[in-house]
Amino acid sequence: MIPLVDIRDAVTVVLAVFGAFFFLVGTLGLLRLPDFFSRTHAATKCDTVGAGSILGALAVYSGLDSSTWKVLALVGLVLLSSPTVGHALARAAHRTGLKPWQAAKAENR
Amino acid sequence: METFFWGVGIFLLVNAFACLWRASVGPTVVDRVLAVNIIGTKSLVVLTLLALVFGRGMLLDVALVYGLLNFVITISAGRFMETGRLKGDWS
Repeated sequence: MIPLVDIRDAVTVVLAVFGAFFFLVGTLGLLRLPDFFSRTHAATKCDTVGAGSILGALAVYSGLDSSTWKVLALVGLVLLSSPTVGHALARAAHRTGLKPWQAAKAENR
Repeated sequence: METFFWGVGIFLLVNAFACLWRASVGPTVVDRVLAVNIIGTKSLVVLTLLALVFGRGMLLDVALVYGLLNFVITISAGRFMETGRLKGDWS
């Protein structure tokens, strides 16, 4: 019989490492992709999954405390706000005439 | 577990400083706004990690306010770039 604390710690470590990996992928996409639209595609989605996963790990770790509800509120806030921000910024860039990058005319990047 | 949380927090801080490069050299304004928003999300997670490591519930409130401010700032910057103004209808 595995103690319950060990199961909680294992779930926390797995979720946090998963989220940290997604943060790393988002950072690489933000740094390396060629134009704004692909950068916002990589960065906002990976930030949503990464922050949601790490905050979920912290909610599991803190148990059924009063601070758990604040962490869950943070999860809801991140899951709502990050895709909205990506959509709003991509729409602003599209409406102000930023052209998407194409491989044939890479000199426009 | 606290050592593991410190490791995750330092890893996220290194990622945030890498994003600062994009905020510095980004070719368009929306790139810079996006990079600042990503840095804000990362520091929100770091604040929550610090709240659990130090056992201070106050830092969770700070993280909530930080997330709300991050959202409002980015949305209003996008709207200002799109319409050229902050008050009135969408045009």
